Amino acid sequence: MGTQATIRKSSLLPYKARRKLVPYFYVAPATFMFFLLMLYPMATVLRYSLMDGAITKRNPSFVGLQNYLTNFDNPVFWQAVGQTLYFTSMSVIFHLLIGMGFALMLNSQLINPVIRSVLRALYILPWLFTAVIIAIIWRLLLDPNGVINSVLISLHIVDFKVEWFSSTKTALHALTFANIWAGYPLYMVTLLAGLQGIPKELYEAADIDGANGLHKFRYITIPQLMPVIVSIALLDFIWTMQVFPLVWMITGGGPIHATEVLSTYTYKQAFSSYDFSMASSSAVCILIMSLSLTYFYIKHQKAQ
Amino acid sequence: MAKRYTRKSLLPTALTYLGLAVGLVYTGFPILWMFFASVKSNTEIFSLPPRLLPDHFTIEAYLSIFDDPAKIRFFINSYVVSGVVTVLTVIIAILAAYAFSRYSFRLKSTLNVFVISTQTVPPITLLIPYFGMVVAFGIFNTYFALILTYMVFTLPYAILLMTGYLNTLPKDLDEAVLVDGGSSWTALWRVLVPLSLPGIVATAVYTFLLAWNEFLFALTLTKSTDMRTVPIGIQLLMGQHAFEWNQMMAMSVLGSLPLLLLFLIAQRYFLAGMTAGSVKA
Repeated sequence: MGTQATIRKSSLLPYKARRKLVPYFYVAPATFMFFLLMLYPMATVLRYSLMDGAITKRNPSFVGLQNYLTNFDNPVFWQAVGQTLYFTSMSVIFHLLIGMGFALMLNSQLINPVIRSVLRALYILPWLFTAVIIAIIWRLLLDPNGVINSVLISLHIVDFKVEWFSSTKTALHALTFANIWAGYPLYMVTLLAGLQGIPKELYEAADIDGANGLHKFRYITIPQLMPVIVSIALLDFIWTMQVFPLVWMITGGGPIHATEVLSTYTYKQAFSSYDFSMASSSAVCILIMSLSLTYFYIKHQKAQ
Repeated sequence: MAKRYTRKSLLPTALTYLGLAVGLVYTGFPILWMFFASVKSNTEIFSLPPRLLPDHFTIEAYLSIFDDPAKIRFFINSYVVSGVVTVLTVIIAILAAYAFSRYSFRLKSTLNVFVISTQTVPPITLLIPYFGMVVAFGIFNTYFALILTYMVFTLPYAILLMTGYLNTLPKDLDEAVLVDGGSSWTALWRVLVPLSLPGIVATAVYTFLLAWNEFLFALTLTKSTDMRTVPIGIQLLMGQHAFEWNQMMAMSVLGSLPLLLLFLIAQRYFLAGMTAGSVKA
């Protein structure tokens, strides 16, 4: 007995000492990548934003907050901010409504399980398509000569061929509509998982108390799903705020800035005007908006 | 069970099926329209009154893509870049996830916050310094430029998905190896990795999907047509022949096909891990 205990002890000591260093060995490659691809670039973009003519000039000078002030003086910048917020809020609201509707219907006990799993796979499809493909689909459907206009005209809802994406009145709404179609599946899947995790006893107890469906939804389903709804809506808000490919491919920010969002505004400054310093300053603005929401997201996740 | 469709549940059942059917039209109609446009002639796409099914089924759009080496090249580029990104991401993520799942160490929560916040950093903000870095490294317009930069958005998800999966495996499994005098390296690769294959498949499929669909970095960090990936290839098609709708649709169908197949194969593993924060919209 005594010998066995000493053997175990001696083999455990170096094992314990090693355990202190071992994890750092395993996270080293990931940490290196985060330094190279995250921390260093973020420091760089911040530095660029305080200079005049970064990348393009050989010896760019330090200009302080001048680039930020120039951006804040530009009405197009504020138009882009407003349009980004409209596009993002509408997308988040409708993603949530549609995702919740689908999740509730798919979770219903009244539905045949085979139909349920087939439909679940089909409803996810928009999530698989890249933004370029979503852009092409909606450009075809909403073409002035396209199918949606012909249907609307034959139903006498409109009486002319609406230029959905090239009229300043409709472009932003049409773009938001396309983004809503593309983005609800993640909500659907997440909420469906959330619904399946709600204990059945809660509903049974409510049945005994004589609660109707609406009461159960209001007082059991919603409160139980709230943590999931908050995290997914926060993440979606952050990601949608950064939208680029869909807008770039459908309207390019036009007509006359009518669909300009912060990403397209920034991209044009960098890669059309080659003013990387100005672009960096508006890129930092997007970063600050994203990181402040990320702070709430992390706080919310830790509270779970 | 005759009890299932009592008069009381008949109306809600009918309404639910009606809602599901409306949902199916909303989701499916644009996708079907894309597919059938790819097998129509270009003139038929805008024929009046519009019809979903083609009058004359034709695969000319597909043939013209397969005949064009420049378009085949878009697919080769996408497969190479997404494949390499997937392999590298999965390896780095397995290593990091092992540390996150099995050890407690001083920097753990800092690193964890780092992983989560990397998910939300705007790509456009990173793009400007990446452009400078890629030019400075001399890898502008190469596969390396895309492979390196794609890892910034694939790694956080891969690490979170893999950590989640490893957390479901009992600790006794690998600790038995350690207590027997084996190294943690052996415990990870000989015991945990073979057991985590479903998690690895889900992570790999998702990483591949993110890399395959990427647009902004591919648009900016490559320049010549022979280095372009599928999404940029479709965009080029849009610029060159604005009216070759059937070719653009055929290219879109071909560009979605690998993801559809992967999704069908891995669906089971995938949906389990697909919740807020572990994957992206």
